[in-house]
Amino acid sequence: MRFAVIVFPGSNGDIDCYKAVEDAIGQPVDYVWHTATDLSDYDAILIPGGFSYGDYLRCGAIARFAPVMDAVRRAADEGKFVLGICNGFQVLTEARLLPGALIRNRTLKFICQLADIKVENNRTPFTLDYEEGEILRIPIAHGEGCYYCDEAKLARLKAENRIVFRYVHENPNGSIDDIAGICNERGNVLGLMPHPERAVHKWLGSDDGRRMFTSMLRAYEARRREVTV
Amino acid sequence: MKAIVYVTIKANVLDPQGNAVREALHALGFGEVGRVRIGKFMELELNTDDRAQAEARVREMCEKLLANTVIEDYRFELEG
Repeated sequence: MRFAVIVFPGSNGDIDCYKAVEDAIGQPVDYVWHTATDLSDYDAILIPGGFSYGDYLRCGAIARFAPVMDAVRRAADEGKFVLGICNGFQVLTEARLLPGALIRNRTLKFICQLADIKVENNRTPFTLDYEEGEILRIPIAHGEGCYYCDEAKLARLKAENRIVFRYVHENPNGSIDDIAGICNERGNVLGLMPHPERAVHKWLGSDDGRRMFTSMLRAYEARRREVTV
Repeated sequence: MKAIVYVTIKANVLDPQGNAVREALHALGFGEVGRVRIGKFMELELNTDDRAQAEARVREMCEKLLANTVIEDYRFELEG
């Protein structure tokens, strides 16, 4: 299973993503620069955290027009797995691959800490190896992580079981309905503010993020078996 | 020609910055201040004399990039 880690000017979670793929599942992974226009070699696309294009205007607003984003959209349409983490989540909402938007934290502070999040849906390609209702400790590091969408969109997200992660115990940023991560209708595009790629070893404070990568590999292999049978 | 673009946060979307500024104004004795909303102001120089075309183009710029219509409203004026 081949992974691409998209690199924008200002990305800073790209190395973490790359190492997490190598370390957690040992699959081939490449950095792909924002000017690339072809992602057909890859089965999964990771859009990392950071401050793409300095987050000028709005977080992700300029990154969404990078040449590589057309290829990301095509990959999503083809059903490939697209995972946007932190700034990557912001880019996916700006690109309208996911609904809603991420706005300034309610406290106005940049928050860098471990957060407790609950797995609300373990039937996505990103969460297969988690138990439903399981609580994970995953680090967050963001200033604009407050998820917002209107009432109608929220009702739809709930009805379609697309809220994949919710904050529990404490909502660090004021997001609507305690949302920490959501997926698209097909379930192949996931965006979340917490950083699973920074939680792949006990000595990093938590290894709860590791199974997001093992889940993706298992989902990919299951899909391939279906195709070959 | 010049376009003056104002981007503001939609009325039903939380504006923590506006709230912080309101609190600061209250602390300074400006108790009459109610709601405060913070937005963006942009000045665009346009190389065109065609007003109708400029209006359509600036609207497109707002929809595509300058505002995120999920959370923001925009309005603009053309000068010159």
